[in-house]
Amino acid sequence: MNDEQIITPAHLRADAGQLAAGFPALLARAQHLVASLNLGSHGRKRAGVGDEFWQYRPAISGDSRSAIDWRRSARTDAQFIRQMEWQSAQTVHFWVDSGASMDFSSDANLETKSSLATVLALALAILLSRAGERVGLLSDPRPAKSGESQIQKIAQTLAAIGEKSDYAYPPQKALPNGSRAILISDFMGEWEPLVRAISKTADQNVSGCLVQVLDPTELSFPFKGRVIFESMKSSLNFETLRANSLRDEYIQKLAERQDALRTLARKSGWRYYTHNTDSAVQSAFLWLYNATEQGAAR
Amino acid sequence: MTFGAIAFLSPWLLIAGLALPILIWLLRAIPPAPIRQRFPGITLLLGLRDKDSTPDRTPWWLLLLRAVAIGAAILAFAEPVLNPSDRVAGRGALLIGMDASWASAQSWQMRKDKVENLLNEAEQDNRPVMVVKWTDTPTSDFENGFSAASNWIDRLQSFHPNSWEPNYDQWLDIVTNLEASQIIWFSDGINRSDRAAFLNRLTSLADVSIVQSDTNVVALSPITVQDGALNTTLTRIHSDTMDNVRLSAIGPDPTGITRKLGSVDVVFDAGNAQSLGVVELPIELRNRVTQVSIDDVNSAGSVVLGDDSLRRRKVALFGSDRASEASALLSELHYLRNALQPTTEVIETELSEALVANPEVIVFADIGELNETETQDIQTWIEQGGTLLRFAGPNLISSGIGQSENHPLLPVRLRSGGRSVGGAMSWGEPRKLQDFAKESPFFGLKIPDDVDVNSQVMAQPDPDLAARVIASLDDGTPLVTSQNIGQGRVVLFHVTSSTKWSNLPLSGLFVQMLERLAITAKTSAVTSSDVAGTIWTPTHVLDAYGALGETQSASGVSGELLAAGQLGPELQPGIYTNADRAIALNVIQTDRQITSATWPIGTNLLSLSPSSERALKAEFLQFAFVLLLIDVFATLVLSGRLRGARSGQIAVIALLCVISANSKSFAQSDEDGALFAANNTVLAYVITGDARVDEVSHSGLDGLSAELYLRTNIEPVPPVGVVLGNDDLSLYPFLYWPITDKHQALSIDAVASLNQYLRNGGFIMFDTRDGNQSGAIGRSTPNGRKLQQIARRLDIPRLEPIPTDHVLTRAFYLLQVFPGRYIGPDVWVEAAPENAEQVEGIPFRNLNDGVTPVLIGANDWAASWAITESGRFKYPVGRGANGERQREFAIRFGVNVLMYVMTGNYKSDQVHVPALLDRLGQ
Repeated sequence: MNDEQIITPAHLRADAGQLAAGFPALLARAQHLVASLNLGSHGRKRAGVGDEFWQYRPAISGDSRSAIDWRRSARTDAQFIRQMEWQSAQTVHFWVDSGASMDFSSDANLETKSSLATVLALALAILLSRAGERVGLLSDPRPAKSGESQIQKIAQTLAAIGEKSDYAYPPQKALPNGSRAILISDFMGEWEPLVRAISKTADQNVSGCLVQVLDPTELSFPFKGRVIFESMKSSLNFETLRANSLRDEYIQKLAERQDALRTLARKSGWRYYTHNTDSAVQSAFLWLYNATEQGAAR
Repeated sequence: MTFGAIAFLSPWLLIAGLALPILIWLLRAIPPAPIRQRFPGITLLLGLRDKDSTPDRTPWWLLLLRAVAIGAAILAFAEPVLNPSDRVAGRGALLIGMDASWASAQSWQMRKDKVENLLNEAEQDNRPVMVVKWTDTPTSDFENGFSAASNWIDRLQSFHPNSWEPNYDQWLDIVTNLEASQIIWFSDGINRSDRAAFLNRLTSLADVSIVQSDTNVVALSPITVQDGALNTTLTRIHSDTMDNVRLSAIGPDPTGITRKLGSVDVVFDAGNAQSLGVVELPIELRNRVTQVSIDDVNSAGSVVLGDDSLRRRKVALFGSDRASEASALLSELHYLRNALQPTTEVIETELSEALVANPEVIVFADIGELNETETQDIQTWIEQGGTLLRFAGPNLISSGIGQSENHPLLPVRLRSGGRSVGGAMSWGEPRKLQDFAKESPFFGLKIPDDVDVNSQVMAQPDPDLAARVIASLDDGTPLVTSQNIGQGRVVLFHVTSSTKWSNLPLSGLFVQMLERLAITAKTSAVTSSDVAGTIWTPTHVLDAYGALGETQSASGVSGELLAAGQLGPELQPGIYTNADRAIALNVIQTDRQITSATWPIGTNLLSLSPSSERALKAEFLQFAFVLLLIDVFATLVLSGRLRGARSGQIAVIALLCVISANSKSFAQSDEDGALFAANNTVLAYVITGDARVDEVSHSGLDGLSAELYLRTNIEPVPPVGVVLGNDDLSLYPFLYWPITDKHQALSIDAVASLNQYLRNGGFIMFDTRDGNQSGAIGRSTPNGRKLQQIARRLDIPRLEPIPTDHVLTRAFYLLQVFPGRYIGPDVWVEAAPENAEQVEGIPFRNLNDGVTPVLIGANDWAASWAITESGRFKYPVGRGANGERQREFAIRFGVNVLMYVMTGNYKSDQVHVPALLDRLGQ
């Protein structure tokens, strides 16, 4: 199905816009991080650069004359300076697994994992962008921005994702301190490079979420008899004569990996979520919305 | 190879069954084919190991399923046959010879079917074939007759048995040149003296198989009359079991309609090949009997024709010496009485009383003049067909009648006084008889040396004397003279009926002469002396099925040939006539014994019984196919390719494909059917046995019923088919009878019930369905001929084409054309009475009586009325708008016919004339 489905930026935006429409504007909880210099719509409860009025204060020496609010000063004898509330914007980076393994659905009626992941990422990006946050992609070396044009770019990039290898790993990008990362993947690749890549991202003082998207067959392993399993690019294959006898072991190994991912997330203060492609995408979205709003539980 | 009821045509294929165990082992050993499955979670699988190294085995029930499926396929290709009949295998030319005699007639259809089977097989094997009837006269290019079997299949339909028996001697030399590899001989089961030699000859030529029917052949010997009863000997060829047949004497009733005059059950005891059938009838009926036959057997052998020998004429004797006291041997009537009594009813009473008894012959032995009224009465009687036989004598001479003028009761004028020769008081020798002239009815009779004539009355040498002399003495003087008067005749023996004038009455010649004059009947088989020199014309010919048909153009046969009795194409069994005499030539002649043909041990005998042979190949293959379908399904399920709801769908579809429900049952008891038919108007049609025709009849009457319902007050229920002779016809007002050439001959019961139906107001619409364009119905088409054959036995009145003023033309619609699918020639109904008159001012003749019991046409009406279940017309009629109009008229005609059937001649009632006139614009 994935091959036949035409993913164009317009399609993708339409899908994502639809998904985002049902939610109130999301305001990412501002974190009072000192080092963060980015301006956004989050009031810092202190004077700074921003659009909202904060306070008038008497002018002291050293203040620029142009900074004096003359209308206020005219009512009294002292000169006052009008201060605005210091506002900062959140930066959220997305990574959607571009590996061929994502391009799988066990049934013609089910979405592929990649399309689900893409829609999920873009919807969140739109929602955040509307709330004034800056969004960007890990695979995009340019800095995160907000606004409609950025959404367009993200959509284009996501739609253009081609399958290169069976499994992909989060790329390295210098992320602003205190920003967030949302990694959507099936996390089925090799464990070591996966842990390394996630750790490197998390080590940049970045909080985030790991969203694991899985096909129902990957959860239940319903195969029987003699089966030759192949990876999507046929780089790997595995033959079994009695697939049904492997089910328990497979399910156990899957649970182990999920535990490992959860542990990994917890260690770095991230959150972890598993989504099954045959359940409603809204549940995943709702979870992500909440997770983003509340911030990483550190 | 045969196992019980099942045989295999290609048994060597069964060897493949040996491979089954190997196959099963292989199937077990080889794991099922793997599924290739793309699966991103494979990384988790890497490093896992199958706990059990044995592959997932095919389960035992699937193995069994496959083994059975393959077994069934192997059996199927070995061509199993249930109830195998003898299949004739072979290569090279095949000769099929048939004893196409009367004895085959009964099972002819079976024989033909068997031949067709053989021909079909031969066609498959691409063998040249020839089918020969041994009853035919061999042709010189006989051995070139081989051709493709398909040609023979076409020609086979026109093959009919003959009423005579094969003459193998004729063929004995002809077949020597034959180059056939196989001969199949369809024997009729009757032994013949020349059969063994013929079989030897055929066996020396090729591989001979005999096909013989199990049907018993029963034959009737010629009828003899004993003690006033008709006797015939029934002979059968298989005498093992007890058997019971019904013998019927058939002849015209007083109205001229052929019917059963009497019947008797004849029982064959087990082991007895012969049984005597005695039909006792009153003389009035007995004289009408034209044939005695076995009921419901269609074979010429089961019919024996009667001729003059059955008839016992009433002869009234009158002699001059009734009161005389003379010794009996001198009596004028003594010799006559003796000659006549065995074969005739002799009446001796007063003349007036005798005439009331209406004798066929009146004999005057030496009687002179009668009074005027008596003369008048006798003259009238002669003119109506009586035969007056007179003998001369002293009284005749002394009465002087006919001497001066022509007497009405004498054939010639007589000279006064007798002539005496060779007596004690006369010159010369007693006169001998001269050989009979060719024109004389006595021609061919052998004259014994010791017959001489002493005295005679002489005839006046009138100009027409020579023409009236039918026997004369060696000096040329007349001995017997004869003259036809009206439909009768007067015959005069110029001698006495006693031995006074000649010893002729003592000789056998006298009896023979009486016989030739059709006064007495022959009592024994025809002998050559009886018929020598005469020419006999066949008037009726018996066909192999036992039906007596009139012949028009058959050429005469000589008496010698007739007496020899060697039946063949030239001398077919039937009724042969010469002047007033009729001789029946029967299939079985007196003292002929028929016995069952036995064949030498080792002869290859084939059965004729309709092969219930069923090729089971298709069934076996179907079974195997179904199993394989199940196997596919099961394999899919087992290999996990079929999951969830879809498996259910597929199972349902597969089941639907396999099961085809085709059951349709109509069960209605006879009584219910009769009650139903009696309570409703039901149109009926005759079931012909030809499924297609019956189907057309049914849907045609269905269509007509629907139209009647729409257009008229007649509201018929769905039509029914009736089996003639089986169903009660009286319940149906209307019977549609499509004629096909496949009709079986009607049984006697069927004819009786049909005649009763027709007499009691039934209506039969005969339809030959061939649109016969040649004009006259009958003869020109096969269906027409069949119709004639059927109608001959029915009580059908004189017919005429529907006149323009017939009630049928205005029973509901005003019509002058009566089309069906064809716009054929005339449609025939009962002719109007001769005295039908047209009254001044009324356009129709007064035809108030005589609703026609039959309507005969060829327009295939049922097809034009036929509708499908959804009410659409089934068959095209004509083209375009004209066709639609023709169909409309066909329906209108149907409505008219039914109206006519229901209301009779109601429309002929004059009450309606003014209104009709008004509508006609006259």
